[in-house]
Amino acid sequence: MIKIAIASGKGGTGKSTVATNFAYLLSELYEDVAIIDCDVEEPNCHIFLNPEIKISEKSCLSVPEIDKELCIGCGKCAAICQFNSLALVKGKVIVFPELCHSCGGCWLICPVNAISQGKREVGIVEIGKSGKLNFIQGKSRIGEAMSPPLIKDTKKAGQNHQIQILDCPPGTSCPVIAAVDGADYVVMVTEPTPFGLYDLKLAVDVMKKLGKNFGIVINRSDENDYLIEDFAALENISIITKIPDDRRIAECYSRGDLIVKALPEYKEVFNPLIHIARGIKK
Amino acid sequence: MKELVIISGKGGTGKTSITVSLAALAKNKVMVDCDVDAADMHLILKPQIEILNDFYGGKGAEINQELCVKCGKCKEICKFDAVKNEDTKFIIDEIKCEGCGVCHYFCPSNAIKFEEKFSGEWYESNTRFGKLIHAKLGVAEENSGKLVTKIRNHARLVAHKNNCDLIIVDGSPGIGCPVIASISGASLVLIVTEPTLSGMHDSKRVLELTKHFKIPACICINKFDINLDLTKEIEDFCDKNNIELVGKIPYSKAFTEAMIKELTLIEYCDNEVSDEIKRIWNIIENKLKN
Repeated sequence: MIKIAIASGKGGTGKSTVATNFAYLLSELYEDVAIIDCDVEEPNCHIFLNPEIKISEKSCLSVPEIDKELCIGCGKCAAICQFNSLALVKGKVIVFPELCHSCGGCWLICPVNAISQGKREVGIVEIGKSGKLNFIQGKSRIGEAMSPPLIKDTKKAGQNHQIQILDCPPGTSCPVIAAVDGADYVVMVTEPTPFGLYDLKLAVDVMKKLGKNFGIVINRSDENDYLIEDFAALENISIITKIPDDRRIAECYSRGDLIVKALPEYKEVFNPLIHIARGIKK
Repeated sequence: MKELVIISGKGGTGKTSITVSLAALAKNKVMVDCDVDAADMHLILKPQIEILNDFYGGKGAEINQELCVKCGKCKEICKFDAVKNEDTKFIIDEIKCEGCGVCHYFCPSNAIKFEEKFSGEWYESNTRFGKLIHAKLGVAEENSGKLVTKIRNHARLVAHKNNCDLIIVDGSPGIGCPVIASISGASLVLIVTEPTLSGMHDSKRVLELTKHFKIPACICINKFDINLDLTKEIEDFCDKNNIELVGKIPYSKAFTEAMIKELTLIEYCDNEVSDEIKRIWNIIENKLKN
């Protein structure tokens, strides 16, 4: 089983473009390829793949529910909760389920078993197919602050496929860490601009701390590539491939078309990624 | 005091470039970079840090190996899969640790420390356009929402102290924790979108979020000329849903050129792009007055 995550520090550098085109090409070459869209706040892969969704499941988090008959108002649950999800007010426990991280501390500590596990819906996981490619995406509920639990559920839904391409959220904090967890290799997509470079450096620090193998893809490659190349040379990071800055690619993206289908002359740009996947193949 | 927050849902639509340009035009304001896990405003604003603060976002657990009796209770009850059993030792993976303290509480031999964890820095700085409040979340740290709330609160204090009547906030992509922390209680949200199916899909979700929290929102389209059909679609959508479209910025290489020169677009050029941003600022300034 192979898991390749597509990440970047900065948003809008082309993660989904790389993930969808790469996954599509792999599905033409291999059996049982899945694309797993872990950018659950703003999932976009479906726009390029038009999957037929066959299963849609709610993703829920266990949150405390207090049985008022049994509760003795000791306040131990409120004391152990680090997330202010429980408060003791005038001898009564009030629950703020939206703050709960589902650590289980309150129901373990309650001396009278007054706390049961209720549910908070964090989003949905959708499973389907786009041609030969298996498609899985998570979609967070509007207003839901926490995405890692949904990201974990989304990945679980795709865990049995032989080749998994994980499209990650932007940034460098918990959602990204949840998304790249367990990946054999991380493809970092960046653009040759000062913002692209700065955020790439942050993301590289994260991948190093996580002990990941990774390489760089330069998207919208132009005369400023040296910004990224100098950094990559200094840090000894390989540049896997470059996607040229071509207005036709931007237009094709805007319409939600796959580059490898709409502009087949660019197919070979993605070949080095296929080699990476072959290199991992166990 | 008014607070303008610039967000987009999708990353890379030009939020930060537009935020710093609006900041160059606005008078008497404090700026805040709430994209704390990939902050970029400082690359253009070149802040001189005046005050540096440590950020403690929560607690973390650590096992004292001398006290550990290797009963495995911590591993059994941890819901975040953060306890590893390696070469007969139990170790907490600090990256996976959620900071809930459940292991610390239930450890029968009191072997687990649970202490405040350093998780980043935040700054009050001077720039050529006024005060900037910004932050740097530590590598692979969490609680970005808490850090966002912290720097927004501080910005309000600074604005109050300096008699500024406006705060301009650069938000992060997405619709989750840091974005919710960035927009709660704001006077106006400016959504920067682009005429791509992804950009539209994402700005609709972020618009739903502003509705959910009952915050007024307006839209501007960046790179509007890369797909005129979709730009028309966004215009129709705004019309139908009664959302003000405050401007349409053409695709321009000048954004990247200005960024490389560490300048805002307003400082870098005087053309139809900077004119449109000035026009947008006039509209927003009037909206904020009402």
